[in-house]
Amino acid sequence: MKKQDFLKVISNNLIAKNIFKMCLVCGCDLEFIPGQFLNIKIDGFYLRRPMSICDFENGIITIVYKIVGKGTEALSKISKGNKLDVIFPLGNGFDIKKSYDNITIIGGGVGLAPLYFLFKTLKKMNKKVIVYAGFRTLSEIFFEEEFSSIGEFIISTQDGTKGNKGLIIDILDKDCDYYFTCGPALMMESVRKILGQNGQFLLEERMACGFGACMSCVCKTKFGAKRVCKEGPVFFANEF
Amino acid sequence: MNNILNVNLGNWRLDNPVIPASGTFGYEFSQWYDINILGSISLKTTTREPRFGNSTPRVAECVGGMLNSIGLQNPGIEKVISEEIPKFKKNFNKKIIASVGGNSIEDYVFVSKMFDSMEEVEILEINLSCPNVKNGGMSFGLDEKTVYHICEKIKNSCKKKIYIKLSPNVTDIVSIAKSAELSGADGLVLVNTLLGIAIDACSGKPIISNIFAGFSGPAIKPIALRMVYQVFKNVKIPIIGCGGIRNADDVIEFMSAGASAVQIGSANLVNPFSCKNIIDDLPKKMKKYGIQKIEEIIGRSHCI
Repeated sequence: MKKQDFLKVISNNLIAKNIFKMCLVCGCDLEFIPGQFLNIKIDGFYLRRPMSICDFENGIITIVYKIVGKGTEALSKISKGNKLDVIFPLGNGFDIKKSYDNITIIGGGVGLAPLYFLFKTLKKMNKKVIVYAGFRTLSEIFFEEEFSSIGEFIISTQDGTKGNKGLIIDILDKDCDYYFTCGPALMMESVRKILGQNGQFLLEERMACGFGACMSCVCKTKFGAKRVCKEGPVFFANEF
Repeated sequence: MNNILNVNLGNWRLDNPVIPASGTFGYEFSQWYDINILGSISLKTTTREPRFGNSTPRVAECVGGMLNSIGLQNPGIEKVISEEIPKFKKNFNKKIIASVGGNSIEDYVFVSKMFDSMEEVEILEINLSCPNVKNGGMSFGLDEKTVYHICEKIKNSCKKKIYIKLSPNVTDIVSIAKSAELSGADGLVLVNTLLGIAIDACSGKPIISNIFAGFSGPAIKPIALRMVYQVFKNVKIPIIGCGGIRNADDVIEFMSAGASAVQIGSANLVNPFSCKNIIDDLPKKMKKYGIQKIEEIIGRSHCI
C-alpha cells in the first residue's frame, strides 16, 4: 500500500564526488521490492523528486543520489533531524520470483544505487550473482565495500583510475541465465545486445506525480505506451 | 454530505465545488482516498484516435509551478468508453465531466457525440486550449469566430450541456468568453495552462522535448483569478474556475470572483490528497469567515 508520510532524515552524507547517501526512518511495518522508488518533496521546489530505494533494513530506507540540478543540490543540504514529505513505495520493482540461478547485475554510475538492494535480496535467496559496476573515474565510485562484502563485485572506470580500464560492457561474462541492469540508456542497450532479451531494465525519467496520473514519464514499448512510474520503472528487456 | 458546500452548475447539483481538472486525475486516486467525496471529476481529454502524445521530457520544474507538454496522450474515444469509464464507474458513483479534444472540428463533433450518449457523463468540457498539440487544441480557442463556430457545431449535435475550456493565452478573454456564450455554450472553464518554456542554464537547450509547454501551479493563480473576475461581469453562464488552486482559501477566492465551482489541477500531482484536504478544510474556513453557504459567495467580490 502506498502512503504519504513525513520521514525523519537520520543521515545525509557525501560518499563520492557529487554523490550523497541519505537514510530515512520509515518504521518496519512496510515491505519494499528492490527497484521501487520514493517521491520526495523538497522545500522551495514544486515537483517532487523521484529517488530509487538503495537499501531497506530495520525500518531504515537508504537512497543514494547524485547532484544533477537545483533540486538535488537542495536535498544534499538537508541536515539530519529534519523530516521530508515522501510518497512511497512507488513503482513495480524487479521481478525476482523466477527460478534463474546464474545472475548478472550491471550498474552504471549512480544507476548502481537501486541494484544494491536487489543484490542483497538475491544473495539472501542464495542465488549466484555477479555485479559489474561501471564508473567514469575513481572519485565517483561508491558502495564498493558494501557490495564487495556481500559477493562478487567487478569495477571498471573509463579512465582506468580503478579496476578495469574502459567500459563495463567490454568485460561482461556472457555466461549468465539472467541479468538486471540500471544506468545510462546507451549502457543498458549495449547490455541487451551482449546478454540478450533475458533480463530487466530499471528506467529513469522525469516525473511529476510518480503514481500514474499525469502521463509525464511515458515510454514506448512493444506492447504500447507505458508509464515509467506505474507499469515501471522496471521493464523486461523484451518489452523494447 | 454537508449541504453548506452544495453548488449548482446550471441545474446540476454538486455536493461541493471541488473537481479535479482534466489530465491530472485518474481512478488511481481511489488508492489514496474515497473519490466519491469529490463534487465531480473531469476526465483526461479524449480524442477520436488514440494518441501517444509528445516525446519525453514532458515536464519541468519552475518557480511556483510546473511546465507540462504531455500532448493529449489518451487511448482514443472507443477505448475510453469501453475501458476507462467502466473503471471509473467502479470507484465513482457520481456523474462525470468528459473532456473533448481534436485535430479538426469534425473530430470534436465526433467525440462529443460519442460522449453525448453516455449516461455517466453530465457535461462535455470542450478543450479549446491545450497548448501542446500541433493541430487543434489551443489554436481553436484563440479567436472569437473559431470558438463560436466550433461551439455552435457541437451544441447543435449534442443534447448534453457543453462547457468551453478556454486558453489564457489571449489578448481579450472576455470577448472569447462572450463568443462562447453567444454560440450556446452552457458554461465556461477558466483557464487552461499558460504557454511557457524552460531552458537549461548549463546547456542552453530547452528542457521539454516539445520546447513549449503549459505552465500551471500557484504562480498562475492571480492571472486565472483575474480572468474569472473579468468574465463573470460579462457573461450569464456558470464559470468553473481553474488555475493554481491548492487550498480552501483559493477556492473561496475563485468563487468570490465569480466561479460556481473549481477545478484542481497540478496540485493533485504534488499532493495526492489536495482535493480531499480542500473539501475537509472548506467548512472550517467558511466558519472562520462567517460564510453560511458556499454558493452565497459566488461573485461577491463584484458587490464590494
